[in-house]
Amino acid sequence: MGVKLLLDKANVPGIRTYEVYRREGGYRSVEKALKEMNPESIVEEVKKSGLRGRGGAGFPTGMKWSFIAKPEGVPRHLVCNADESEPGTFKDRYLMEFIPHLLLEGLIVSSFALGSHDTYIYIRGEYAWITDILEEAINEAKANGWLGKNILRTGFECNIHVQRGAGAYICGEETALIESLEGKRGNPRIKPPFPAIQGLWQRPTVVNNVETLAAIVPIINIGGEEYAKIGVGRSTGTKLISACGNINKPGVYEIDMTISVEEFIYSDEYCGGIKGGKQLKACIPGGSSVPILPANLLLKTATGETRYMNYESLSDGGFATGSMLGSGGFIVLDEDQCIVKNTLTLARFYRHESCGQCSPCREGTGWMEKILHKIEHGHGTIADIDLLWDIQRKIEGNTICPLGDAAAWPVAAAIRHFRDEFEWHINNPVLSQTSNFGLQHYADPIHVPA
Amino acid sequence: MTYTFNETQMAELNRLVARYPEGKQKSALLPALHLAQDSFDGWLPTELMDYIASLLKIEPIEVYEVASFYSMFNLKPVGKFIFEVCQTGPCMISGSDDIIAYIQEKLSIKPGETTKDGVFTLKLVECLGACGYAPMMQVGKIFREHLTKEKVDSIIAEYRATVTN
Ligand SMILES: Cc1cc2nc3c(=O)[nH]c(=O)nc-3n(C[C@H](O)[C@H](O)[C@H](O)COP(=O)(O)O)c2cc1C
Ligand code: SF4
Ligand code: FES
Repeated sequence: MGVKLLLDKANVPGIRTYEVYRREGGYRSVEKALKEMNPESIVEEVKKSGLRGRGGAGFPTGMKWSFIAKPEGVPRHLVCNADESEPGTFKDRYLMEFIPHLLLEGLIVSSFALGSHDTYIYIRGEYAWITDILEEAINEAKANGWLGKNILRTGFECNIHVQRGAGAYICGEETALIESLEGKRGNPRIKPPFPAIQGLWQRPTVVNNVETLAAIVPIINIGGEEYAKIGVGRSTGTKLISACGNINKPGVYEIDMTISVEEFIYSDEYCGGIKGGKQLKACIPGGSSVPILPANLLLKTATGETRYMNYESLSDGGFATGSMLGSGGFIVLDEDQCIVKNTLTLARFYRHESCGQCSPCREGTGWMEKILHKIEHGHGTIADIDLLWDIQRKIEGNTICPLGDAAAWPVAAAIRHFRDEFEWHINNPVLSQTSNFGLQHYADPIHVPA
Repeated sequence: MTYTFNETQMAELNRLVARYPEGKQKSALLPALHLAQDSFDGWLPTELMDYIASLLKIEPIEVYEVASFYSMFNLKPVGKFIFEVCQTGPCMISGSDDIIAYIQEKLSIKPGETTKDGVFTLKLVECLGACGYAPMMQVGKIFREHLTKEKVDSIIAEYRATVTN
């Protein structure tokens, strides 16, 4: 069993309530931070921990915090990103639903470090019942003196507010989230200025993911150095992985980042193997935006090394032969799944979620969906594959926000690794409507050049 | 038709507005629209959006442009219960197509339509953050997960019972 820092108490009956959470040692990090530390030393501790943002981009949290501007007399804000809308990702939901006080505890310490007196949790609108759970937890924390004015008689004031979104993936992008929090459409802003300088209501703002902010609690409790000892290289601490698709045990797992992908998929402690005794065909290891990998490149890198569940190992080989840890949304496809159809549903998703501000993204996502639809339904031509490749290349890097890239990558990776399957679809327009290409060579051992 | 919040609804609106600094009451727009949609008929007629604009002291256009951006706001009348079935990759590879087909057959409606008795609307949606518990759909505030045909039967019966009684 690996180390658990976030979900170690998840199975304690009643841990959702303040009483049990506190009895199990909850809110100790707030006592330590407010009484024994100051904002600067907390930021230092977070830097030492090596914590990287858990929302998908993996940016070092301590460094991000140190960028926040501190103009005299201007309030600053911490915003917690609980928009969680990347297909395959449902880890933040688990944490908020079952241990809401862990998030609040992390938010109070982080608000103290950043000087935020009004901190907002922006939660996707569909998580309506979790909004109620969080509101309830906030009321409990307030009643017990952890929120409000003069917390622990230190003079520090902190209020936490929960804001529901209303159905828009793009609002997970931090500047779109800020726009939405201001009561506007979720159109991403052009950067610079970065939120750390001009964010919510033009005030200095830090946006962090739910899991990132929860991880602040163990970092303060055990110290940044101890935290950094868990894991490997620049992948420090633990990571929540939400596993789904054709596996025996879908769910949310906390891993320390030293386990192999193979162990994660096949061990009974985690995914428990492929459902129905079938074979693994492919996997999208970090949320729908990251490149899909065929089984052979997933378990081993192109140079034949074992692949591990961490930032560096999953991206080994770059986009040519690797992928990304991303948000930790781990989507497993068995031998019966059709890559063309899977890619089509993702293309449809990105077309639906494009905010429409930039033409390469607005038009490109629409085109990609149309062409994939054509291929999937037996009307494609070989030239369509090249056209798809061309369109995705023209989107990537040419847009205001990274949604454009996020839409382009899944299509690019599907063609890069599964071109045979696309061609088979096109060459067998009738057969492909009733049967699948299957596993073919996608799990064959990879040839490592000597 | 004109709309007016009752005392409880007004108190909730005031609580929402109080979370933001002076003069930033527009920030309460999304929560206010949720409140409005839930308080009346499950959708947002123009008059209702105008009412929200007047309460938040913003222009009606600022409300319309927001309401039309977000998928959870309904700009057309809907049934009493909306089955919002997820159709994105992870749900698709876990069998959502069969569930969608089955619901269409059972209710004799296509996606986007409402049953003649006005009880059910079927809507296909994108990933709702329940991929590990697929196939799934959202009905009102809750998620119905690990759907099977039998489960769909009992869910339909369950909601139907609440209207016939
Ligand atoms: C299209 C798009 C969607 C995103 N969705 C989310 C999300 O749902 N949750 C999240 O934490 N970050 C999301 N991000 C990343 C955020 O922009 C931001 O990097 C993150 O919240 C920073 O927090 P972290 O450093 O703690 O990871 C998204 C980014 C993009 C471009
Ligand atoms: S890349 Fe797409 S989602 Fe992002 S700002 Fe441009 S149009 Fe909007
Ligand atoms: S894909 Fe259906 S809930 Fe995520």
